[in-house]
Amino acid sequence: MIFNLDFDHGRTALQFVRATGMANQGRIVQGGTGKDMKGHLRRLLAAGAMAGLMGLVLAACGSTSSSTKPILIGASLSLSGDFSADGQAFQRGYELWASYVNSHGGIMGRQVKLDILSDASSPTQVVTNYQKLITLDHVDLVFGPFSTLLTVPASKIVNRYHFAFVEGAGGAPAAFASGLKNIFDVSLPVADYMVPFANWIKSLPASQRPKTAAYPTSNDPFTEPVIEKARQILEAAGVQTVYKQVFPAEVTDYTSIAGDVANTHADIVLLGSVDVPTVSAFIQAFAQQHYNPKALVAAAGPDQGSSFVSAVGASNTGGVMVPSGWSGLYHTASSKAMVARYIAKYGGTAAGVSADVAEGYSVGQVVEQAINATKSLSNAKIIKYLHSGVTLSSVQGAVQFDSKGENGKAAGFIFQWQGSNYSQVLPTNDPSSVKILFPKPNWGS
Amino acid sequence: MTNFYAGLIDGVLTGAVYALMAAGLTLIFGVMDIINIAQGVFVVLAAYLNYVLAAHFGLDLFVGILVTMPTLFLLGIAVDWAFIRRLPVRDRTTMSILVTYAVAIIIEGVLTVIFGVNYVQLHGWYVTRSIHLLGFYLPYIYVFGFGMAVVLLGAIYLMLYRTRFGRSVRASLQNRPAARLVGINVDRVATLTFGIGVAVTAAGGMVFGATNSFNPNSGYDLISRLLSIVILGGLGSMAGAMVAAISMLVVEDVVASMWSPLWAEVVFFAALVLVLALRPQGLFGRSFARAQ
Repeated sequence: MIFNLDFDHGRTALQFVRATGMANQGRIVQGGTGKDMKGHLRRLLAAGAMAGLMGLVLAACGSTSSSTKPILIGASLSLSGDFSADGQAFQRGYELWASYVNSHGGIMGRQVKLDILSDASSPTQVVTNYQKLITLDHVDLVFGPFSTLLTVPASKIVNRYHFAFVEGAGGAPAAFASGLKNIFDVSLPVADYMVPFANWIKSLPASQRPKTAAYPTSNDPFTEPVIEKARQILEAAGVQTVYKQVFPAEVTDYTSIAGDVANTHADIVLLGSVDVPTVSAFIQAFAQQHYNPKALVAAAGPDQGSSFVSAVGASNTGGVMVPSGWSGLYHTASSKAMVARYIAKYGGTAAGVSADVAEGYSVGQVVEQAINATKSLSNAKIIKYLHSGVTLSSVQGAVQFDSKGENGKAAGFIFQWQGSNYSQVLPTNDPSSVKILFPKPNWGS
Repeated sequence: MTNFYAGLIDGVLTGAVYALMAAGLTLIFGVMDIINIAQGVFVVLAAYLNYVLAAHFGLDLFVGILVTMPTLFLLGIAVDWAFIRRLPVRDRTTMSILVTYAVAIIIEGVLTVIFGVNYVQLHGWYVTRSIHLLGFYLPYIYVFGFGMAVVLLGAIYLMLYRTRFGRSVRASLQNRPAARLVGINVDRVATLTFGIGVAVTAAGGMVFGATNSFNPNSGYDLISRLLSIVILGGLGSMAGAMVAAISMLVVEDVVASMWSPLWAEVVFFAALVLVLALRPQGLFGRSFARAQ
């Protein structure tokens, strides 16, 4: 008898039936004599007993197997398309966490295996991917995608299957607007991103405080809340808004929009950017128009390390700021250890490590702590645990989820390019902050 | 009013660069009935070639074009030989969309393996500097790009209307069977045209790379705009590509400056639909293009 030991019981039973010839015997019984029938009945009983015995053996094997087989975690990431740089950095964060966990015995004695699909930065593909991960790949858990734009549709489909959805880059209010109870963002809530900058401007003496501000913003669920909250603080502090326009996320030519901002001669510019090309196009146009605002802070892009420097040119980075919940120079021990492992694996410098890596890594850390605490892979238990108000740790700092799933413990920082250094400058009372360059140096200097 | 004139100037200067990128697309369609979906990726490929020449050999971006144009010409011929000429004549146009999309994915994949997905940009002294004229700052890169577009598109025009090869191209464009009957090697003409169409993209790719950060995926944002340009201008018309590109950018830039950037594309595409409703063949559509 040929018997293929496969732990998928249904398949094994079918193979057993085929191997013992039971399917054929059924036909023989229908058309056979009484003697034949007795013989077949004996063989049938013997086969049944054998099947029962094998079932017990397999059940035992199955239970051993489920406690030692890897924990399969699925994620959809933007490995191509508009968010490919961020998506690939996120992938590194997930993989770095998984390799660290596996090298330290795994979780509950089980290794972690990642199942990452590419969504090409598409809000429709991301839905398909999570559906495939859950229903076809049968993953135990899922991690989030990159960007609020993709997190919103993904969270709905994941919620349908009652999976916990821990993510690191979907922190805009739109991600929590549906009131889903399965979504948890380990990073800084998006609306608070530029608050340290706005508060710092507000704290300046009236004689030094900028008088006017411009707010060009990409049409994206991530950028608009970032800019809006900062604008409200600045207007309350007496900073006049001289430009406030939303531009399409897919625009390929920023010359005219940036030119209009330059024509306002605003003292400061708060740019609602989603990526490096947007920031780089604005900086280039500002330089061409000989427009040097006292401060330029962009929602995203300057945090992309070497990618940002390569795009805008080293002489144009000086003074550009970006909000973030983390940098490669972050002072905690776990962050330093992760950065060291990152550099050992991928090369580069601490300042050049994208914040996306830490956001992805933090997702893994939070889920790991939830599994260990609940001693279970049950998504229901993990969701309940994460909503319990417990404080967890990550390379980005403390994590504690409020009722919506936002991280109420996350701290916001502002980073600034000073020469070739990417330094934390705000809040000023943080020991890691260095003196802010204000006004920023002229372009090309 | 300052914003209006600034939008107008920006539109004319950047429109010429888009015309340069779209010229190859319209030329290839006009002669071969091929819709080259890979055009956006060819633009990005050209930008990467310039990037390599500048980073490793210190070549100025405009000098680099002398290398990238012949390189892309040869690549175009290779793509035509390997993929395009094997398409069945009956379904040539529709099949070309799939085939050139596959070519785009292959090129994108190779670029990703070589360069990764981090953004890069081309740099030169003229990229961030500008000339001050009548109260407006005109970026050198766009001024030079505009000049290059006029020269190159003019050269293609002269090639088409003042050379023996150009007569062969136009004959193939007007009536393929008749061109064959008078002894023109239509397949050879088509191959050379595909090569020229891709080669022209090298110049547009350089200016694109100098004015935008790019990675291997950047071509997809471009292709819809380039197709809009050639459809508005009239498939197959070089003059149409120039007029349509400048019109598109002027409308978008002026609307963005005077009204809202969110309405810029809406207004342009509304205008596109209106024009096509009145002139389905585009501003300089095929019948006109072939007679010009």
